[in-house]
Formats: sequence, C-alpha cells, structure tokens
Amino acid sequence: MGEQGLTGRDGDKPERASSTEERPKWDSKAQYLLTCIGFAVGVGNVWRFPYLCQIYGGGAFLIPYLIALVFEGLPLLYLELAIGQRLRLGSIGVWNSISPYLGGVGVSSMVVSFLVSVFYNTLLAWVLWYFFHSFQDPLPWSQCPVNENLTGYVEECVKSTPVNYFWYRETLNISPNIETNGSLHWWIIVCLGTAWLIVYICFIRGIETIGKAVYFTATFPYLVLTIFLIRALSLPGATDGLIYLFTPKWELLKNPQMWLDASTQIFFSLSVAFGGLIAFSSYNPLDNDCEVDAVIVGCVNSATSIYASIPIFAILGFKATSNYNSCVESNILALTNAFDIGDSNITHTNYDDWFTHLNKTDPVSVSQLDLKECDLQTFLDQSASGTGLAFIVFTEAVIKMPGSQVWSVLFFVMLFSLGLSSMFGNLEGVLTPLHDLNMVPKWMPRELFTALVCLVCFLMALIFTMGSGNYWLEIFNTYVGSVPFLVIALFELIGIVFFYGTERFCKEIEFMTGRRPNLFWKVCWMGISPLMLLVVFLAYIVVQVQTTPTYPAWNPDYVNFPRTEVQPYPDWVFAICVLLATVPVLPIPFVALYRLARPITTRQPANHNTTAFSE
Amino acid sequence: MFPLLLLLCLPPALAAVDCVNEYRNGYQVRLSIKTALGDQAYDWNESELFLFRATIAFAMRKFTKTEAYEVSNIVVCNQTPRVSFWFIVTSPENPAQAISKNIVEQAVRESRNRINNAFLLTDKSLEFLGIPPTLAAPINPDTPPWLIVFGVVIGAVCAGIVALLIMSFVKRRRGKKAKEVPEEEDQAKGTDKAVTGETFEDRNGVYNLGFADDDRFTQL
Repeated sequence: MGEQGLTGRDGDKPERASSTEERPKWDSKAQYLLTCIGFAVGVGNVWRFPYLCQIYGGGAFLIPYLIALVFEGLPLLYLELAIGQRLRLGSIGVWNSISPYLGGVGVSSMVVSFLVSVFYNTLLAWVLWYFFHSFQDPLPWSQCPVNENLTGYVEECVKSTPVNYFWYRETLNISPNIETNGSLHWWIIVCLGTAWLIVYICFIRGIETIGKAVYFTATFPYLVLTIFLIRALSLPGATDGLIYLFTPKWELLKNPQMWLDASTQIFFSLSVAFGGLIAFSSYNPLDNDCEVDAVIVGCVNSATSIYASIPIFAILGFKATSNYNSCVESNILALTNAFDIGDSNITHTNYDDWFTHLNKTDPVSVSQLDLKECDLQTFLDQSASGTGLAFIVFTEAVIKMPGSQVWSVLFFVMLFSLGLSSMFGNLEGVLTPLHDLNMVPKWMPRELFTALVCLVCFLMALIFTMGSGNYWLEIFNTYVGSVPFLVIALFELIGIVFFYGTERFCKEIEFMTGRRPNLFWKVCWMGISPLMLLVVFLAYIVVQVQTTPTYPAWNPDYVNFPRTEVQPYPDWVFAICVLLATVPVLPIPFVALYRLARPITTRQPANHNTTAFSE
Repeated sequence: MFPLLLLLCLPPALAAVDCVNEYRNGYQVRLSIKTALGDQAYDWNESELFLFRATIAFAMRKFTKTEAYEVSNIVVCNQTPRVSFWFIVTSPENPAQAISKNIVEQAVRESRNRINNAFLLTDKSLEFLGIPPTLAAPINPDTPPWLIVFGVVIGAVCAGIVALLIMSFVKRRRGKKAKEVPEEEDQAKGTDKAVTGETFEDRNGVYNLGFADDDRFTQL
C-alpha cells in the first residue's frame, strides 16, 4: 500500500511502519472540491440529462430525479468520500482494509475505470476534431461537398444532411455494419493522440497538475453555458424550446421506466463506483468535513444538469423553428413556382389561406407538388442524446446562428473541458490503486508510469478509430458503463453495512469530522440506498434481457437511407458485450473465494494490517 | 401585359419564328427578386427585360466570339407575374432560325456570373430551368486549416510536457542531495504522531516534515 511521494520523490515506497511516507495532498480545499465536481459533471450532464428531461415530460422528471439524488446519490457519495479520506488509499487498498473478502470490489473499480478511460477519451478525440474544424469559414458541416465533375453535390450528402454527412462520413468514415472493420483512420488517431497527450500533461505530476488544471476545466463550462444562455434566449424560437422542455407531463410519473432512468442517470452522473472519488478524497487531511463535501458535489452536479438544459433547449427550440420555417418556405416556393404567383406574395402568415384557395381551384396540381407536412411539434420532438446531440443536432443549430465559428469553438472547448475533468477521475481510479498495490517498480518515476498507462489506453483505443469504431464505442458505453457500476456500488454498500458495520463507520466519521452522521444517513446506508440500487439493478437486467440487442447502423445502401438501419448484433459481438459486462465484476467473487481458501492469518499481505480493525 | 406580349412577338412574327412554338430551343427563366433583395428589390419592368435580353446577347457574343448578336435576336415570351418567362435566341444571319439549346446553354454557363451580377441576383434567385449552375470549385488550400490548429495545439502540449519533465528531473536531482539530512529528524517525529490514538498507525499520511508544512489541521 505504499504511499507515493509527489514531485522530487523517487518512488519512495516504504513498507508500513519502517519509514515516513508522504501522500500527495491538495493545495486547497477549493481544488479538491473543483476536482470532485469536475469529475462528477461530465458530458452526460449536457447531453444526457436534457434528453431525459424532454422525453419524460420536463418538469415532471425533476421529481424522481431529485428523489433519487437525495436517497441514492448523496449517501453513496458521502460513503465513498468518507472511506477514501479515512483510509487514505485508492480503491483497492480501501476495500482490502475494510474486509479482505471485499478486495475484489477495488479491483473491479480499477478495471472498470480503465475500460471507461479508454473509450471516454475517444469521445474527446472527436470533440477535438470538431474543434479543429471550427476555425474555417464556412463551417465544413454547413454545406455538402461537390462531387468530382463539379456538377452537383455528393449523393450521400444530398440524401441525408450536410451535418450527418460530415459526422458519419468525414469524421467517422463509418462502415455499414459492425462486422466490417474498415481501416484505421489516421485523422482520428491524430486527434486521439492529442487528447491523450493533453490528459498526460495534466497528470504529469499527479494531483499537483490536476489541481491546477481543474481551475480551468471545472469552471469554464459554466462560463460557456451562461454565454450560450444569454445568446440562446435572444434567438427566435428559444421560448418554444423552453416551454416544450419544461412543461410537466404529470401522467408520465406512473411510468416505471421514468423512475428507472432517473435513478440510473443520478447514479452514473455522480461517477460513484469508479474509485476516482475515493482516490481524490484520500489526499485530504483527516479532519476534512466530507459530509458537507458530498452534499455540495451532489447538489452542484444536479444543479449543473438543470442549468445546462436551459440553453440546450433554447437552442434546440431555435433549431426546430428554423427547420419549420425552412419547411414552410420550401412549400411556398413549390406553390409559387407551380402557379406562377408573384414572388413573395405567399408568406408564412397567409400560407394557409393561399393553400386552401389553391387546393380548391386546382387540387390535382397541388397534390402533384408533394408538399411536406410542416409541424413545429414534430421538429421539437426530434430529440437526440449523446453524440447525436453534440455532433449532429447542435452543430446544425450553430450554423444557423450568426458568428457560427465563435459558438462552435466555445461549445467544443466546453465539451472538452467537461470530458477532461471527468477523465481526471477515470484515470485517477486506475493510477492510485496501482501505486498503492506497489505494482510500480521502484526505479520507475511516476511520470514514466503515468505515460505508460496513457500509452496502453491509447493503443487500446485504436479500436475506436476504425470504420466500425463508433459501433464498438456504443457497445462499451452500454455494457461497461452500466451494469458493473451498479454491482460495484451495491457491494460497496453491503461491504460497509454488513462487513464493516454502520456503527463503526459512523464512529470513524465522528473521529474525522467531529460529529456523527445523523439518522438520515444511517437509514439510507442501511436500507433505502441498497434497496433502491437493487431494484434499479434488477429492473435494468430485466429490461436488457427483454430487448434484443440491436444497433443503428449508417448504411448508405440501405433502402430507407437516410434512416439508420437497425441491425442485430452478431453472436460473437454479443458474446463480447456479455464479457464486457461481467468480466469487470468477476474479481469480486474471485477475490472473496481466494481469501476464503487461503486464510489470512497465515500470511501478512503487504497491503493492510488486519489488527488495525479491532473486531 | 398583353400589349407587351404583342410587342415582343411582333418582330419575330415577321421572321416567322414563334417563341411560343419553339419551346424545345428555348429556356424558361425564373427570378425571385423580392426574396433575394427584400427591401431593396426593384420592380420588374420593360427596361429590366431589355437589360436581360442585352446580357443574353452579350453572353452569346462572348461565347461565339463574334459581334453578330443584337438585342433583337433574343426573343422573350410568356411572361408571368412570378416573374418568369421563356426566351429563345435567333440566329443573326437568319432571324427565322433559332440557335440550338446546347449552344445557348454553354453560353449562359460561361457568363452566368456576369448575368447574375447584372441583376444583383444569384444562381438560386435567377434560375435558368434546365441549366445546372456551375458550382464553385472547392477551395483546396495546401494545408487543411484543421491541421494548422492541430499543429498549434500539439506543439504547445508537447512543449509543456517537455518543460514539466525537465523541471521534475531537475527537482529530483536536487531533492536527492538534500534527502539524507532531514531523515533522522522525520523518524523521531513520525513515532510521536503515531501515539495520538489513531488506530491506523503509519498508514495515514504521516507527513514528511521535511517537505510539508505542519499545519495540516488548519489546511481547511
């Protein structure tokens, strides 16, 4: 469990009582809080929460969301921050200390953090790609490229839209299905390399450099969101978007799927079970008030989600209005040209009158025109989450705003900061346990070890730079980024409540902060939170089992192109999915069985001292 | 409108070229002046039509590299309030004969930009139905702009990494030299701290006092 000295300390790993140790520490509490907030606040707050809010009837969704926050999110957060601060180790060391049988929980956390780091940074690579392309006039996703003989536009682009074409073809160069691998795309590799170099430079000196980096990465997104808010509110159609978002649909509260989604959203949004929060709080002084920290981090995270959805939806409302206007204008043009009516005689306001008049006089010609149905609600309903929101929907909105380059740059820098501060936690959940496990050879300086870990992650992420990369990323996101966390969090709660004992835990907290956790926390830890997690976990499994695993593929040869083709996963791919969901969790039973088979009293593992826990 | 039509058809009628019947050699033109220019839109009248005929004559002259074409060779008919109309081009030697569509198309394409600019319009607002607009060739700069931005970013990051690594290396060298001296002092103070009732012994960051300040309780 060697403590790792910071700069200037060359792998000085003492064995327990022999020599003094130095654990890195935060320069100030603000740094620590900003790091935790930055870790919790990620891209999901911007592109997942608003989407959920929209499909579950706006204001009504806030109810299960806040309930889940209070009864599930905050207790877990408090728990992780407290044990990290008390035991002053990374996730593996901490769980080994709490109970040797639970050492596997730490290992699982580390494995899962590693896998998430690998794919999460690929998202940042894509964000960088868009950022690099935001310095052009006009923006490359605003128009279709011309074909070779300059007679028209590229067919794939004409059939879909320029933003779709830029995302699927010029960025991803996506293959038509997951089995077709395609080749490695150098441009994405270049962006991926840049992303990992930026992560490395922030990690070079551990929390010393992270602590400085978070002053920017954790605060800049708020600045950009505010700028967007002010700008978005002045755009036409913004209020339509906001009304649509926040109008509560109370009847949806009866839908259990809504409660499930709210619980999972809170859970994944707070980034518990990564081990990163444990690592961050392990650098705290012992008497830090972790209860207040947990409440602050949890509430700021949720407040950020709600705050972010306002400009997002204002802009989406603006985009829907623009699309609606374009739709009406194309209809007007069709009518004007067909009936040779004076230019600009038909306007948006008198369109309906003209239409009824023309339909009465000459219905045959009107029906031949194949006019589109233009309905603002339909455009508002076109929601998207995840990469679809950022790289398709939002980029389309940005090109309609005057000064698009500025907004594009701001938006992608904001996404990058959000993702980078989350990467700090992801990677910290890998590095700290490895240091604590003494897996770093003594001769290797910390910087070199960090570089090696970044290199390994980068090489693994090359999978996502292939033609089928996006499909694989979705798989990682769905299977790694869901079930294992629920299991780990469940075992964390079980570990503290049953193996360690809530009373003892409360005593430790009292020793640290000077006051016992009150009844609310105890009730949550012992009853409500594990129960909620168990229900969420079971419901999640049930839902996953019932749906056949499919994925939307972008296939230009598809009959209904530009709609995505829904394809089932081939068997071997599905086997990989199952592996991804289960292998990270396997250390939990394995380590437990291993420890049972080899009784601890016969040997003293270097990681902990069991007599410290007076039974 | 009707007298206009008659007036226009009169000279060609004399030469027995009927614009209305010569559709296969003619092109329909559509202008969307109000949509394109908004408040600054001009009214479409006889003079504007004259300008149009003149620009087409100019285009024919330019393409065929002769000075034969006159405004009278451009025949317009079927005007609508849209504003749209048909036109054909008659041969200067024989006003009864229409110039083939192909040649007219090439002539218009060659001078499209000049024709558009004469009317302050674009390819979209001054449409020649059937003549595809020549799309501007994409500007392909030698270095794509994104590579430039990438170069700047990666240069800064690499420079930062190298700088930080060098600084760490230098610090470590200095730290090694100074390490021997305060070690005995630390061990003594370390055991003191272990007596303060913490059940976790030395595992909890007992600070190396040579490097840390000792007000860890006032840190907050």
